[in-house]
Amino acid sequence: MTAFNATGLFDTDARQGSFKRLVEVGRVVLINTGVNAGKIATIVDIVDHNRAIVDGPTTNVPRQIIAFKNVVLTDIVVKRLPRTIGSKALAKFLEKEQVVEAWQKSAWAQKIESRKRRANMSDFDRFKLMRLKKQQRAIVDRQVALIKKERA
Amino acid sequence: MVKTDRKNQLAPGISRLSRSKVFSKRGLYKIAKTAAQPKAAASAPAPAKKSKKSPFAQNDLVDALTYKKSIFVPANVAAVPKATRKTNRTPTIRKSLTPGTVLILLAGRFRGKRVVLLKQLSSGLLLITGPFKINGVPLRRVNPAYVIATSTKVDISGVKVDEKFNDAYFKSEKETKLKGTEEEFFGKNAQKKEHPAHRIADQKEADKEVAAIVAKVPYLASYLASTFSLSKSQAPHTLKF
Repeated sequence: MTAFNATGLFDTDARQGSFKRLVEVGRVVLINTGVNAGKIATIVDIVDHNRAIVDGPTTNVPRQIIAFKNVVLTDIVVKRLPRTIGSKALAKFLEKEQVVEAWQKSAWAQKIESRKRRANMSDFDRFKLMRLKKQQRAIVDRQVALIKKERA
Repeated sequence: MVKTDRKNQLAPGISRLSRSKVFSKRGLYKIAKTAAQPKAAASAPAPAKKSKKSPFAQNDLVDALTYKKSIFVPANVAAVPKATRKTNRTPTIRKSLTPGTVLILLAGRFRGKRVVLLKQLSSGLLLITGPFKINGVPLRRVNPAYVIATSTKVDISGVKVDEKFNDAYFKSEKETKLKGTEEEFFGKNAQKKEHPAHRIADQKEADKEVAAIVAKVPYLASYLASTFSLSKSQAPHTLKF
């Protein structure tokens, strides 16, 4: 699902509308495997069609070459990021663009977070959640019934 | 050391003959049994008839030595039980089982119930209570192997569990056997056993404080009242308790 755009020669949006996320310098990726799994990093340079150099100074990801099969591209791009930028300079860019905040705000990150929280719930927590959801359902269903009655 | 003549010694103190050899040479098999006789027999009047060939009766060495020997060597040493340094100690239970832990029972007639652990008994079993008023589980002993320890704790640090709730307290009285009687064959008359009144009182007394603490924590009472079960896509080994 990724189109190679290291040269930036073709206008991606016009020609390849189905590709929304491109491998490019400044693209923020989510690492899927290894010790840094679950953390985000930024593509700093592209090695070849399989690998790129990523760096995550604000998310504790050391600068490294990583294969594309081990990362997922996100919607976030750091605009006008110079190629092979150093870690310290990159950190300034990331803070200015508020990349981490943007990631945490995304539905994707929130879903991962909620999945983690759910997995860590104790038996009592699950019971309380069940009870609260019951209460929520009761309120919502009552309101829905009222609206339906009005419209009928 | 085997008792032998000096001529039968290889060197002072070292016998030429084996223990059993000496035994048969000295004719000790004749006297071995008398020592092991029960007291009652010993106090009874001496038997009138004595073996003529017994060396004690006749003190005739020749006679004794010509007596037909048995090939067996009786064990005339009284069996002494082996001294053991082991003692029965209370088994250690896993760390997650501390007083106040909410447990999920996995076996027995209360399986699936969530209960409160009071303490470990000296037998290693766990003393639990429902509390009875909340979920119908009485004071009871359970095997820690058939229990899931949840991370939920009820703070019962201030509650003193009565010492009388020990293993002996829960021992059921044995019914007298009716072997060979008509009752055994046709079945006893259906007499329902009354639950002893002191148990009911004990239960109330033991639960009073625990139930009060449970009531203070929101949702806890209804949590204890509910039973545990797995729903779809829930695997017990992946769940956190």
